[in-house]
Amino acid sequence: MNRGELWGESGKERRDPGGWWVTILLGHRSEGKLKHYFLHPGTLLLMTLTLVFFRVAAVDGEHEQSRASSRMVYPQPMALTPARRDVLVLTPWLAPIIWEGTFNIDILNEQFRLQNITVGLSVFAVKKYITFLRLFLESAEQHFMVGYRVTYYVFTDRPADVPQVGLGPRRRLAVLPVRSYPRWQDVSMRRMQMISQFLEQPSRQEMDYLVCADVDMKFQDHVGVEILTPLFGTLHPGFYTSKRDAFTYERRPQSQAYIPHDQGDFYYMGAFFGGSVAEVHRLTKACHEAMAVDRANNIEAVWHDESHLNKYLLLRKPTKVLSPEYLWDLHMLPWPSVLKKLRFVAVHKNHQEIRNR
Amino acid sequence: MNRGELWGESGKERRDPGGWWVTILLGHRSEGKLKHYFLHPGTLLLMTLTLVFFSYGFLTPSRQALGGLGAESRVAAVDGEHEQSRASSRMVYPQPMALTPARRDVLVLTPWLAPIIWEGTFNIDILNEQFRLQNITVGLSVFAVKKYITFLRLFLESAEQHFMVGYRVTYYVFTDRPADVPQVGLGPRRRLAVLPVRSYPRWQDVSMRRMQMISQFLEQPSRQEMDYLVCADVDMKFQDHVGVEILTPLFGTLHPGFYTSKRDAFTYERRPQSQAYIPHDQGDFYYMGAFFGGSVAEVHRLTKACHEAMAVDRANNIEAVWHDESHLNKYLLLRKPTKVLSPEYLWDLHMLPWPSVLKKLRFVAVHKNHQEIRNR
Repeated sequence: MNRGELWGESGKERRDPGGWWVTILLGHRSEGKLKHYFLHPGTLLLMTLTLVFFRVAAVDGEHEQSRASSRMVYPQPMALTPARRDVLVLTPWLAPIIWEGTFNIDILNEQFRLQNITVGLSVFAVKKYITFLRLFLESAEQHFMVGYRVTYYVFTDRPADVPQVGLGPRRRLAVLPVRSYPRWQDVSMRRMQMISQFLEQPSRQEMDYLVCADVDMKFQDHVGVEILTPLFGTLHPGFYTSKRDAFTYERRPQSQAYIPHDQGDFYYMGAFFGGSVAEVHRLTKACHEAMAVDRANNIEAVWHDESHLNKYLLLRKPTKVLSPEYLWDLHMLPWPSVLKKLRFVAVHKNHQEIRNR
Repeated sequence: MNRGELWGESGKERRDPGGWWVTILLGHRSEGKLKHYFLHPGTLLLMTLTLVFFSYGFLTPSRQALGGLGAESRVAAVDGEHEQSRASSRMVYPQPMALTPARRDVLVLTPWLAPIIWEGTFNIDILNEQFRLQNITVGLSVFAVKKYITFLRLFLESAEQHFMVGYRVTYYVFTDRPADVPQVGLGPRRRLAVLPVRSYPRWQDVSMRRMQMISQFLEQPSRQEMDYLVCADVDMKFQDHVGVEILTPLFGTLHPGFYTSKRDAFTYERRPQSQAYIPHDQGDFYYMGAFFGGSVAEVHRLTKACHEAMAVDRANNIEAVWHDESHLNKYLLLRKPTKVLSPEYLWDLHMLPWPSVLKKLRFVAVHKNHQEIRNR
């Protein structure tokens, strides 16, 4: 409920929002349909105190970021007490690996709120995959960047079937009509081209960060600003305990996505990556071009866009890595104790039925 | 030694750099003072093979993948000029394992997701590859005022051994006695600038005025020469690697005397009248004033803010308990650093024994007699 609804404008009827709230009728009384309320003295005192309190906080908030983290009280970080002893929380190139317990969301929210950011979330709902959209969006409304300005970018070949989902304040949805492809592998791979081309449009200026996600998923726990960074990838839940020679990288040197057996940091999943607009553009463009070269050489990488994503992130390492909390599949893998939360999980689908229709 | 010195220009005499090197005289022979060398056939073969070797190493499908080079022959130097997409392409190193922490005994990530740098947390080869591509220049500022100038030689000589080796480095020596700055041999791509400054009678002011002097220095054109600036105390020496793992927009260093303390024991300024005031229930770490830094923009913002805060205190007739360090701590509480350095980067063996949690002591205090050194 925004301010306009509570503090009525002169002459207009306002709903009584709660019974015990008092609304001011600015201006004169009238007869008939117009209800008029009076301002109780006690309420006046309460409002004055509230205004003083918030004015202080709001004015402080308007100042430079030097006001960040100014009045917060939180547990002290202790240099000899790791937050997690069971997992790696920092890559060898000093990128944080995000697990529950490694971050204090209040500190991060304070830092990011000052920056007044807009986060884009792109998702492709092509052919029958449009059926996943409602749950994806509704769950994102509950868990994804709550409190921030968010724009969903729904790429679809059937714009009329995009569901009406109630969105919270400062959140909006844009439908981007795209063509489909007969093969599901191409539907998947062409996302790189479509995202990179989209990021060459003026709309890219609306966002600070873009998160690119698969649609056959749902959010079921907090996914917030802890993930934001110039470039992030997410650990594939099936490989985060594997040795690198077991990663399903593309192993044929003829492909642009080729990674030899003695190389590779992690196996990232294609279903959740992102970063700043500039970095996501660079990544998607590079992957698209690499796939075009492969296509010209009559080769298709074993895991399609995911293979190329992994090649890219090997050479251009991400600045944050998300743990498998951010990408899980309970139908394929039991919930391990190392994951304190499952934030973004696969929604069951019948592959034969869904693909290629 | 740069390329110009080795490959002589036509008509000019060049030093013989090593005896067995061959330099080509491009152009015609001359008599007299001009020496002329010839290109031995064997050397030509060697150079051809070398060029082929380095080209081959960079011509693989993975390089061609990310746009640009195609099948044309390129040598390493040209590759280095290309986009950062070339980073980390051919390196082989141990695989990071998601369930195997690098360190189990220490906190390596702050609650705001800034890395805390301890030995074992980083692979310097990966970081060097990332940073070399950016062709960075790192400044190292140090104040050698009054008798503190005697610390300069060891500071600089040890920095030559351990600080950002292989990168472009400029030492900025702020001093009131420029004539006494020692001649220290510097490696290639490293230079020293002397910045004359005034001294102050009280050592507390010498310390505190550094903030003003650094911030004013960073308003000069010379700031454009640097990507990062590291600000250090002079009564110190480097004795182990201090490299690009520390570089980030803004970093502070854990004070060796307080990294195990509770926050209410930190020697923050506790009087609300001071701009540096921090209440007992606040504070992340106690940072030491002897080693901080970051990007030029962020260091300028920090030093300017601290200088202005100290000016306000001065006008209010109050001096923070630990001077510029108190203000540094207040600043880093409100504007959290993007990396934090462990006490490996600031130790004092005269005051504290070497604990097992520190695998290296990189930057350590040099013993000084306080009474003798200060205020002279």
